[in-house]
Amino acid sequence: MTYFQNAKTIVKSLFSRPSTLMYPAKPAKKMALSRGHVTIDPAKCITCRSCQRKCPAQAIVVDVKEKTWEIDRFRCIICASCVEVCPTKCLAMDPQYPESTTARGGIYKVTVAGPKKKEPAPDAAAKPAEKKE
Amino acid sequence: MGKQITVPFGPQHPVLPEPIHLDLVLEDETVVDAIPSIGYVHRGLEKLVEKREYPEYIYVAERICGICSYIHSNTYAECIEQIMHIEIPERAQYLRTIWSEYSRLHSHLLWLGLFADGMGFESVFMNAWRLREHILDDMEATTGGRVIQGVCKVGGVRKDIAPEKLDEMLKGLKNLEHELHDLTDVFLNDASVIHRLKGAGVLKTEDAYYLGAVGPTARGSGVPIDIRQTGYAAYGKINFKPVVESSGDSYARCAVRAKELYTSIDIIEQCIKKIPDGPVDVKVTGAPDGEFFARAEQPRGEVVHYIKGNGKKNLVRHRVRTPTFTNIPPLVTLLKGCQLADVPIVVLSIDPCIGCAER
Repeated sequence: MTYFQNAKTIVKSLFSRPSTLMYPAKPAKKMALSRGHVTIDPAKCITCRSCQRKCPAQAIVVDVKEKTWEIDRFRCIICASCVEVCPTKCLAMDPQYPESTTARGGIYKVTVAGPKKKEPAPDAAAKPAEKKE
Repeated sequence: MGKQITVPFGPQHPVLPEPIHLDLVLEDETVVDAIPSIGYVHRGLEKLVEKREYPEYIYVAERICGICSYIHSNTYAECIEQIMHIEIPERAQYLRTIWSEYSRLHSHLLWLGLFADGMGFESVFMNAWRLREHILDDMEATTGGRVIQGVCKVGGVRKDIAPEKLDEMLKGLKNLEHELHDLTDVFLNDASVIHRLKGAGVLKTEDAYYLGAVGPTARGSGVPIDIRQTGYAAYGKINFKPVVESSGDSYARCAVRAKELYTSIDIIEQCIKKIPDGPVDVKVTGAPDGEFFARAEQPRGEVVHYIKGNGKKNLVRHRVRTPTFTNIPPLVTLLKGCQLADVPIVVLSIDPCIGCAER
């Protein structure tokens, strides 16, 4: 009987598609809740530094004077505690993994809007400029 | 009596996913002594507790191990909750139980695959991991992580599962159960598997007890110790019996794990039927002041977390005693008297997780 049981598995395997994907040519199979990498909306960040304090891996550095927000993708353990603590909801969790980089390419730095002033300053504040190092 | 020679086994060996070194003292082909040494993957995670605040440290505690990750965070959270006298909502307790059992299913399927690979059954290995993929998909859909769930927090859980998803999970597990019968049938009844495992590495009941064996290693030798029976999380409200085998050889340890798959599915089913509505977390303020030992049943056995706090955000001491660390003395006893060719099977049969043991 064992032979027939094996035959069942063999036939199933012959006529089914491969269960692997050609990642990264095809994006990985992800759910809505999956934790891939942290993204930031620079226009909403008020440089409150809550994310920096809550990060267990110390991957996030927020510079209040320079108005920059920086994450080291190789230090980040993708626990999403920064996303939960962010008061303006400018941090979000993207379900896809970050792109592969070289050993020095893990640092991702953006210039952010900074704290809101009482007088509206239309163009000075909201200038999100991205640069990758 | 022949001349004694010493053969090194590990830290790099095809059957070992993680590094442990054993010096095997041989007389001809028979092992007369085994001297273990560990220390290849020590990361100093216990010391890190002084540098991180206790709510964030749970993510570090979870990363002690890559397989039993969820149960580490569960035990850590339980420890802090006991010190701070926090009563977590009932729904959170049930969810914790469901995820604990999911991680047991995924760990046992991983181990069955590795064990089959250790015996040379390559296709059974692939099949076990194919079934494990279903468990991982359910975990990712409900928690966001495949093996590092990150869903437990001090004062409850971070994510809730919708009732429709719970029904879907139950249906999926019922389908999986049929496929699992095909898989475990190989481990329990196949003639060549029985020939390979019966009588390899026998641990007597009294040895298992006095050497402090835990988990399937102890239960395979007829010691009915299962920490789930102490009733942490929602286990107190669930009916189940620990799986115990009496022969104490590699086959018994394998059979315990194969049969525990069905116990786990049964526990999840009971949880899904009984789970009440309500909130999943409570707000936690202040810091722990005091000390506590929390115990939980991991796939590999009993884990103990000890935490001492002094009323500040950073804890004073965190000590983890992991099941593999406790199972090393029984392993040395198991190896004495077995054949050199059986050593890989016997070492694998205690399910060594060195990342856990060294932290």
